[in-house]
Amino acid sequence: MAIKIIDYKAGNAPSVLHATNRLGYAAEFASHPQDLADATHIILPGVGSAQATMDSLREQGLITALEDAVLHRDVFFLGICVGMQILFQHSEEDDADCLGWLKGQVVKFDASQVRVPQMGWNEVRFVKEGVLDNVTDDASGNARGDSARDFFYFVNSYFARPVDKSDIWGIAEYGDPFTAAVCRDNIFATQFHLEKSGEAGLALLDRFLSLTKEETPC
Amino acid sequence: MLTKRLIACFDVIDGMVTKAVKFQDNIHVGSAEELACAMYNAHIDELIFYDITASSEKRAIDIETVRRVAECVFVPFTVGGGIGNLNDMYEALKAGAEKISVDSMAVRNPQIIAEAARAFGSQCVVLSTQVKRDDSMPNGYQVYIDGARQATGIDGIEWIRRGQELGAGEICLNSIDRDGTLSGYDLSLMRLAEAAVSVPLIASGGAGKPEHLAELFTETEAQAAIISSMLYSPRMERNYTVDELKNYLLDRDVPIRPLSR
Repeated sequence: MAIKIIDYKAGNAPSVLHATNRLGYAAEFASHPQDLADATHIILPGVGSAQATMDSLREQGLITALEDAVLHRDVFFLGICVGMQILFQHSEEDDADCLGWLKGQVVKFDASQVRVPQMGWNEVRFVKEGVLDNVTDDASGNARGDSARDFFYFVNSYFARPVDKSDIWGIAEYGDPFTAAVCRDNIFATQFHLEKSGEAGLALLDRFLSLTKEETPC
Repeated sequence: MLTKRLIACFDVIDGMVTKAVKFQDNIHVGSAEELACAMYNAHIDELIFYDITASSEKRAIDIETVRRVAECVFVPFTVGGGIGNLNDMYEALKAGAEKISVDSMAVRNPQIIAEAARAFGSQCVVLSTQVKRDDSMPNGYQVYIDGARQATGIDGIEWIRRGQELGAGEICLNSIDRDGTLSGYDLSLMRLAEAAVSVPLIASGGAGKPEHLAELFTETEAQAAIISSMLYSPRMERNYTVDELKNYLLDRDVPIRPLSR
């Protein structure tokens, strides 16, 4: 098993590394294409803008290496926040062309309706049964009644609108419902920062990192 | 639905948390790391560390403390104070902080807000400001800097509006009049602020009992509240647990991230 956290300028890779350490996984930063050669799990953290993230990945020569690993070798992939947004075709923010692994646009929240950025804990309803099933037991050992909902920490002004509704994994509401998480085959992404979402986030991250090749997770 | 946030705030000097009343008379409470980890385990939503300096002589940010906190806290945390330039900010973010709070420095050099927003994104930049009631100001509040000791002649509401324009992603307003008094948040200040800016607002100064949180969240649009004395001040008759406060608010239908999740 080789867990790689993409390290690029202005990313929040250190917070993700703290989280993987806490869960007992030995993850490494990856900043060069060759670092991804043996990856089994890749995490793309994100803060800042879609354009800046795309530029950094391009400058570091990582786009081809990522596509090779994720699209051709089926390496498990997790994008976080802007790391989710750039999976789509285009972002309204700075009119940025993105990776296009998933079909859809990234658009801005309506500032006349809600405070932008969205900042804080919001409830996510997971709509794909059994995907990284995040059923956890509470302190007293009772399974939670409503396992498909949990609270996660968001900081975002933009959100993705997937064309293919079957890519939608989680939904939250900010003014209107928006896509909080997506998954397709070996590709997972969350708009929320699961590395900063307390025990709920760590549990989900743990489940992602424990995926094995035998599984068809999404 | 987005929930309201409870933020524990620590004043840290030499890695130790202190508690002051009206910016004077500090008493030591414990190590930053210990208290931060305890607060994380107690279900706090977020943490802020102010004036996190290595020593009062050397004003550089105490990166080691930031890193130790980041290793055990998996909710967002902000650091402020001891930050003089973009490089200090970068070091703090790299050590695991989510956001940087700027205060006096931003008053002296407002462009630092714009530079930080460009370099790290607005979501990383919290404009914290200390204001005091002052009827000679257009909106009735004056900005103070340097531990609330130095008047600036700047109108508090105008200042936060400017801060948002420059790129601050969140604004934390501390009422000097209420700070440490345990008499409740300055609700009229928050109402003025919510009309002036559209970014999220954090209320600070004055929380002494759970009722103060309930009135803040039901009567204003503040998205977050700073609590410190209620949680850990040895001067309080009693302290409250985060769970107690959350249960109190949940019972009153305030949207809050529930416990044990």
